[in-house]
Amino acid sequence: MSTVRVLVGTRKGAFVLTADGTRERWDVAGPHFGGWEIYHVKGSPADPDRLYASQSSSWFGQVIQRSRDGGKTWESVGNKFVYDGPVGTHLWYDGTPRPWEFARVWHLEPSPGDPDTVYAGIQDAALFRSNDGGQTWQELPGLRTHESASAWQPGAGGLCLHTILLDPTQPARMFIAISAAGVFRTDDAGKSWRPMNRGLRSEQIPDPTAEVGHCVHRIAMHRSRPRVLFMQKHWDVMRSDDAGESWREVSGNLPSDFGFPIDVHAHEPETIYVVPIKSDSEHYLPEGKLRVYRSRTGGNEWEPLTKGLPQRDCYVNVLRDAMAVDALEPCGVYFGTTGGQVYVSANAGDSWMPIVRDLPSVVSVEVQTLP
Amino acid sequence: MIRVVLPAHLRTLARVDGEVKVDVPGPATPRAVLDALEAHYPMLRGTIRDQVTQQRRAFIRFFACAGDLSHEPVDAPLPEAVAAGHEPFLIVGAMAGG
Repeated sequence: MSTVRVLVGTRKGAFVLTADGTRERWDVAGPHFGGWEIYHVKGSPADPDRLYASQSSSWFGQVIQRSRDGGKTWESVGNKFVYDGPVGTHLWYDGTPRPWEFARVWHLEPSPGDPDTVYAGIQDAALFRSNDGGQTWQELPGLRTHESASAWQPGAGGLCLHTILLDPTQPARMFIAISAAGVFRTDDAGKSWRPMNRGLRSEQIPDPTAEVGHCVHRIAMHRSRPRVLFMQKHWDVMRSDDAGESWREVSGNLPSDFGFPIDVHAHEPETIYVVPIKSDSEHYLPEGKLRVYRSRTGGNEWEPLTKGLPQRDCYVNVLRDAMAVDALEPCGVYFGTTGGQVYVSANAGDSWMPIVRDLPSVVSVEVQTLP
Repeated sequence: MIRVVLPAHLRTLARVDGEVKVDVPGPATPRAVLDALEAHYPMLRGTIRDQVTQQRRAFIRFFACAGDLSHEPVDAPLPEAVAAGHEPFLIVGAMAGG
């Protein structure tokens, strides 16, 4: 029987949760790297026992950890992230120029074909790649030196490159998202980039329809249909059917279209999930109810999924990288909260149960489906 | 041999218990101690000082012989008691952030 391994990053360490394909009884291992912020843990599709973790601390900076045995043991690898060439400036919160400065790694995206190749999205926003299993890191500077970059401004969490999507059908094509610059796409393996934000509208910026400057919280795709992208923006849930060339709003009947995560069902490319949050000034759930919303129509028509989730006095948040799906049948859906709960649905969202209730605040959740 | 006391998180990262001892060729200075420490424990690179600028990280302090050496020049000689191995060089995570 297949097994699933859930990789959880929290404010105070990493946890590895495992279960068989029924997803009913769970083993919880951790904390790994106790006391450190773990922004992201992700496994290699090419070698599921190869994991990478971003470990950071305000005191001690950035560490990258690598496991070769599915998270049982770890070794620290390279943590030197040096921008390639003159760093230039972006805009600070007050509108003044500020030199690019490395703060942390938000997201690690292993290559689908080579366990030694992994991409890192960092703050201040840039894309790095390692071809030697994380020992050394090289920037793909075409993004940071894009002609619009001097006008990028950080979101509340910093100028972070938080999402990396690798197109499974075109190896040279990648999508990345930056708060608060927006979505960019490369078709030449990172040498050059184009903003992909046409159709986004953000009332909070001087030109609501600007080509860059949108606070994109996360984007997602189904690997069978990489031209279709879904986006949770600061406000608005969006969809693109042309690989990011244009976007249209699909918020529909959501109670709030503010939120952070968005993900796609493993087997149904038109089934998507979001967790609406009350507002950008109140980062908690509307009405004290933890509701995942599912659309089976690729947006616009949404249904609340509540069975097994608290429906009163619940005021947590679900961060942008804290939702994932497994590849089993029926599809499993997972998410972690800022209150330390990790929930699983083994039936595509129809009902939920907590795997753990009392972890540190959850930053990221990834799932591996193992034979 | 210079005795070095690391903060708990860096002892875990370096997989050591208690004090570590490093050989410092030439004069014992904070820079020389950190160079020797990072050469022996490469996983500590970047956790005490920036890997490019070599600046001490903001929430790290250097103490020795009941004194704060954090703002002393990194090439200034360490106290004789540290150089002789009688007293440790303390690398401390600042009490910041609650």
